[in-house]
Amino acid sequence: MMNLSLNILDVVQNSIRAGAKHITIDISESAIKDLMEIIIEDDGSGIPEEILQKVTDPFVTTRTKRKLGLGLPLLKQHSNLAGGDVEITSERGSGTKVKATFMMSHIDRQPIGDIAGVVTILISANPEIDFLYRHKTDKGSYEFSTVETREFLEVKSLSDNTLLNNIKEMIKFNLGDIGVSE
Amino acid sequence: MSQIKSLADLKKKREELKTGLNIRINAIDPENHVQVKVAMATCGIASGAKPIMEFFMEQLERRNIPAVVTQTGCMGYCYAEPTVEIKLPGQDPVVYGFVDLKRADLIIEKYIKTGEFVDGIIPVNYETIDNKE
Repeated sequence: MMNLSLNILDVVQNSIRAGAKHITIDISESAIKDLMEIIIEDDGSGIPEEILQKVTDPFVTTRTKRKLGLGLPLLKQHSNLAGGDVEITSERGSGTKVKATFMMSHIDRQPIGDIAGVVTILISANPEIDFLYRHKTDKGSYEFSTVETREFLEVKSLSDNTLLNNIKEMIKFNLGDIGVSE
Repeated sequence: MSQIKSLADLKKKREELKTGLNIRINAIDPENHVQVKVAMATCGIASGAKPIMEFFMEQLERRNIPAVVTQTGCMGYCYAEPTVEIKLPGQDPVVYGFVDLKRADLIIEKYIKTGEFVDGIIPVNYETIDNKE
């Protein structure tokens, strides 16, 4: 994974496979606190307790075809490299919360990458899931919600390539406004 | 083009387009559209599936091809990532492997536009003997 947004894209796949209807991606970065936090929260099926203990072990997965899963282990690796850690809380039937922390100034902290593109891809590929994306920096915060956007535009679905490309542009502009750099 | 900064700009932009072009509105019917599915598990993402998916989203729009671009999970072709499954209306899906931007462009120009196959097809058989008459 070349940057953190790709890790997010990957870890959100777990939420999608867990049948989540609402997924929140919450990013906060602060140079003052020297901390970056990525929280992904869903209302999916949750992780069984016996798996939760060892979910960042690459040889643990809920998949049946192959006994290997690398999404969470990679996130943990990147987080550990940058002086942070991954914390996962989950409850059967009500959802999972993955929180990854990073030391903002750490030389091994990966850049955030094209997070606007990742959010757009997730919206495009999962029209039946509601996404809420928040990004906070020292300068301010930005929030994008698919529910709010659908209501505001009075459309049933955001799956229209023209619209999606415009949404990406809008998110990018607002992130630039609060000083998020790729 | 003016910068889109807020939902209000987004709405305005959409209305401009609606009047200028014959735009498809609301729910699209996937059966009559080209369906593009980009494999996006860890293997796909690590091999660069994201820029490929964005390329399809942008270029299909630019080239005026009504299409639905979505993602799938890992199909077991990790060695051949990024893989893309294309389903033309009324036809069986075809899976392309090792898709870079050049091949993605060829897929749009040749396979999607004219139905001519492009290099890189991964043989996939969706039919099983059980389904055969």
